[in-house]
Amino acid sequence: MSTLFLIQLLNGLQLGVLLFLLAAGLTLVFGIMDFVNLAHGSLYMLGAFVCASLTFFTGSFVWGVVFAIPIIAIIGYLFEVLIVRHLYESNHLDHVLATFGIILIADTLVQLSWGPEGIAIPLPDYLSGQVEILPDIIFPTFRLLIISSGLLIAAGLYWLITYTRLGMLIRAGASNRTMVSALGIDISTLFAGVFALGAVLAGVAGMLIAPITEATIGMGNDIIITAFVVIIVGGIGSMKGAFIAAILIGIIDTLGRSFLKDILEIFNESASAETAGPALSSMLIYIIMAIVLALRPQGLFPPKVR
Amino acid sequence: MSAQKKAANLDEYLKAPSLFGFGIGRIMTIVLMVLLFILPLIAWYMGNKFYLDFSSRIVCLAIAAVSLNLILGFGGMVSFGHAAFVGIGAYAVGIPSHHGYESAWLHFPLAMIAAAFFALVTGAISLRTKGVYFIMITMAFAQMAYYFFLSLEEYGGDDGMTLWSRSDFGFLNITDKLTFFLLSYALLALCIYLVFRIVNSRFGMVVRGCNSNEARMKSLGYNTYAYRLTAYVISGAMCGLAGALMANLQDFITADTMTWTRSGELMFMVILGGAGSVFGPIFGTGVFLLFEEILSAYTIYWHLPFGVLLILSVLFIKGGVNGLIQRAWKT
Amino acid sequence: MTEMLLQVKGLKKSFGGVIATDDVALDVRLNEVHAIIGPNGAGKTTLISQLFGEQLPDAGSVFFKGKDITKLPIYKRADIGLARSFQVTSVFLDFSVLDNVALAVQAHSGHSFKFWKPASTEIQLRGDAMQALVQVGLDERASSKASELSHGERRQLEIAMALATDPVFLLLDEPMAGMGIEESAFMVGLLKGLKKGRAILLVEHDMNAVFELADRISVLVYGRIIATGTPDEIRENAQVREAYLGEA
Repeated sequence: MSTLFLIQLLNGLQLGVLLFLLAAGLTLVFGIMDFVNLAHGSLYMLGAFVCASLTFFTGSFVWGVVFAIPIIAIIGYLFEVLIVRHLYESNHLDHVLATFGIILIADTLVQLSWGPEGIAIPLPDYLSGQVEILPDIIFPTFRLLIISSGLLIAAGLYWLITYTRLGMLIRAGASNRTMVSALGIDISTLFAGVFALGAVLAGVAGMLIAPITEATIGMGNDIIITAFVVIIVGGIGSMKGAFIAAILIGIIDTLGRSFLKDILEIFNESASAETAGPALSSMLIYIIMAIVLALRPQGLFPPKVR
Repeated sequence: MSAQKKAANLDEYLKAPSLFGFGIGRIMTIVLMVLLFILPLIAWYMGNKFYLDFSSRIVCLAIAAVSLNLILGFGGMVSFGHAAFVGIGAYAVGIPSHHGYESAWLHFPLAMIAAAFFALVTGAISLRTKGVYFIMITMAFAQMAYYFFLSLEEYGGDDGMTLWSRSDFGFLNITDKLTFFLLSYALLALCIYLVFRIVNSRFGMVVRGCNSNEARMKSLGYNTYAYRLTAYVISGAMCGLAGALMANLQDFITADTMTWTRSGELMFMVILGGAGSVFGPIFGTGVFLLFEEILSAYTIYWHLPFGVLLILSVLFIKGGVNGLIQRAWKT
Repeated sequence: MTEMLLQVKGLKKSFGGVIATDDVALDVRLNEVHAIIGPNGAGKTTLISQLFGEQLPDAGSVFFKGKDITKLPIYKRADIGLARSFQVTSVFLDFSVLDNVALAVQAHSGHSFKFWKPASTEIQLRGDAMQALVQVGLDERASSKASELSHGERRQLEIAMALATDPVFLLLDEPMAGMGIEESAFMVGLLKGLKKGRAILLVEHDMNAVFELADRISVLVYGRIIATGTPDEIRENAQVREAYLGEA
């Protein structure tokens, strides 16, 4: 039990860092540009598909990722310049409609280019094995890689936002747009850059998960809602909130799915636990969201008032 | 100014609003309602069952759109989770049927009560928030409902469940396609009339006021939260009714009706018809479904032109499609 | 002594070390216009928002007719007779002028959980609303959309909406803001007629209007009231002259 528990905890952590990569971009774009991007999940999907193709082209998953990143950055940049940029002045309803349109386009284009079937991405041997991290605890190497690279990226983001000039601009842009303009910074370039950064983060999440789940059409449409739950719980616009909430939600969701049924069985006859277990565990994170909202409508770590 | 002149003045400000509106909008709405009634009947008379069913689908989804319009168009609450109410309404037919209870007098009230209850609980939480939060939270709650029904293995899980016989109204046999259409049409007309009464009543003025300027409503002394929540619950119940009808129309119930892309489509139908106009959702639903039907006959990739159209309309039409349509109704 | 309607005691509020309201005491009596003046950034807006429950004070209380209303929710304040107009015009732009005022009347004639009868056919709502419009001289524009009104007319509409609830205590937040000389003169005349049977708290920059309208004036500087008195007393007060009127 405890071995399984530890392994599931690591699985939860892995889901958590993926959610963070998605939520980070969402919360950046919302916090700074006040833009609601439903199509963020499409960038996650595109990351997976582009990486799949490049993996086959270069013959290596690692090179696939390396080359896919700039491509996703360019896609994100174009997305901002062509569409998103013209919507900052509109209301949230328009954001939602336009980005909903983008999802439909992205899903169809992916189907046209890669066909309706999912694509599995082969891993090199040194990544597809397993390691014994603690005595008797064996965990897939690749999942460990996901966790560590996710945490590395999180640390990098923290550094970027706290210590660099770009981070200073991002923080300033969030609190005062006119001030940034007054500093002589081209705000539209800054926004496009931030958007591309968010796109890359989402794309990387897609690339990292694809070897496990395959790249599939609409793969972003489910996880994006979970990412929404993450930033709602964490407080929209807060990077710290996004990180803590992502890890929390990832772990709770994973543990809930694996152990809730067993826990219910202790208290209940197994027959009703058989139905209630899966039902409850699938609703768990939303229930947590509801509780957090009931107690703190602004989320756990609301950003400072703009 | 004398008191008499004031009294004389007042009369012209005491007019009741007209259901069908004024001017060209009036003619348009009447033509729309008549066409929606006559065309399916002609199709049925010519023996074309497909178009009768297709019209029934427009009518059922239009009820859902009308319910969404009440809170989105008039109340300004951008709910991105309305498909959940459709699904709950559908399962309120499917689950009792599965256990042998087939009376429509159970199914339909249950559908409305269950959806209203879900609206009450989720609305109580989500209406404490505003703007983007509200959009995302309604989305998340709908997703919760989706996963919940997906996990119910006994009721089909992700395979869905077949409705072996339609709800039993006693004197009405809705297995007959024509009867079903007429019933749905009557219910749609009823819902439209209800929404018309509601939005012009005291309650409706308050909900519209909240849309226009909620802070001002509070300082005038309105408990805006209570009024908006009430509107949300009414909308949910009405949408549950649409779900019960949909289940009967399709003889099949699946959690897929609750995915958020469905909510998005529903929202688009409302916008397309001009959010905040009483008859708009019918127009929007009709155009959307026709568009889907025609495009999907040519290409399985019909989402592509649809998506492009969606973006272009938001980018290039001032005030979005909504603004365009609203201007059209008013001229 | 006349009845004291609104009383503020020891009100304090600070934002991260910056003191916005510093131990403010204030009272407003029936049949009087009590004006608050002070230079920009003196903390007038913060003070008002605490009186109306939009912000909670860190310490101190607000009493209305002897009852502590410091923490009463905003929407319940209107019920007991408080009404306000806003500095930045806050009306329902997509409603007609009459509907704007009718909505204000409706807020105080029973609950609004009435779903059937069209509100536009309720004689009482429309009648009272029309009366308020006549009072501010805006009845000719009753069926225009609020968005079509001029700036001055919107200020009049604000007053009409505040009046429509027949309040005992009326807060006017810079009613003359952005008005021309003629419009201001009209507004002064209008406000003069309003104080009977009411208490009015007036926040205003237009000194001519303040000295013409006010029965008493309080001077707020850096969140602190440095003097309260009749217009003549304030004019003579050395501290006030130094801190505020000094440069004039």
